[in-house]
Amino acid sequence: MGLIQIGRQDKDGTPDIVTTTVEKAVNWARKGSLWPMTFGLACCAIEMIAAVSSRYDMDRYGAGVFRASPRQSDLMIVAGTVCRRMAPVIRKLYDQMPEPKYVIAMGSCATSGNIYDSYSVVQGVDRFVPVDIYVPGCPPTPEALFDGILKLQERIMLKRVFMKQPDQVKPSVKI
Amino acid sequence: MSLQELASRLQEAFSTGIVTTAEWRGELTVTVTRDRLHEIAQFLHNDRAMDFDYIVHVSSVDWPDDEERFEVVYELYSIRKRHRIRLKARVPESDCIVDSLTDLWKGADFMEREVYDMMGIRFRNHPDLRRILLPDDYTEGYPLRKDFPLRGKGWRDTFEFLDETPR
Repeated sequence: MGLIQIGRQDKDGTPDIVTTTVEKAVNWARKGSLWPMTFGLACCAIEMIAAVSSRYDMDRYGAGVFRASPRQSDLMIVAGTVCRRMAPVIRKLYDQMPEPKYVIAMGSCATSGNIYDSYSVVQGVDRFVPVDIYVPGCPPTPEALFDGILKLQERIMLKRVFMKQPDQVKPSVKI
Repeated sequence: MSLQELASRLQEAFSTGIVTTAEWRGELTVTVTRDRLHEIAQFLHNDRAMDFDYIVHVSSVDWPDDEERFEVVYELYSIRKRHRIRLKARVPESDCIVDSLTDLWKGADFMEREVYDMMGIRFRNHPDLRRILLPDDYTEGYPLRKDFPLRGKGWRDTFEFLDETPR
């Protein structure tokens, strides 16, 4: 967090004053309270559920408060095969999420369509929503999802809060 | 009733209309002509000894090289008698229609719609023959047909809700 410790009056070395930038403080608060939205589409959802449950406990990273509503969440974990008929629903839910918002494409299907090179499967969720982190695996283990969340938290720390962000909502569509 | 008894009873009742009966690995498959399909299904449904009260599945097969290209497959089961039968009927591409069995088994409704949706076989006297899995305005054809391209014709990459046009 870039803490600078000033004053060491206490004998045990506990700092009295902590200085940092507002930007870092805001980013620190944001990364430590990611509220994900449940978007389980296939078998990846089972691993996502396991990651939240007691054995793995995703809440340790501050990302355990799963919401059923996009209006209360800031992280969408797209876990599973994205069929073309689900695409407008995902986009609508993404648009309903308040800023700042992040997207994790969990697993090979959400990343690239995996082996399902078929008429009905979208070849990656990044065709219609901007994706921050891609988690590989089929399905990824909970540890892999954690790695994706930690990587996302690293990225959040690098964001500039008080500068105008480039318009991220429109994805670049590549066919 | 054993499979042999089922097959012989069906053959006794219908001297015409049954093309072949085949038994393989404990499964009885009866191929019937399209014009007698409903009649034979009605017999299987109403006859006390047959008593097929449950329709398990309706599916279809595409044989692109055959003269009668399509095949509609009905899987039937009797909950009381605990026996099964599979009915098959061939359908030519030029006249792609077969009698619906929804008047005998209500459960055939959605499954026949799925066959219509994916293979393009129509069902005569079906109460509500609409697409069921694909969107109503889907224009690319029937995806389960063998001459349908595996990757479709661009629908999966077209997102009408995006502002940008695909480039």
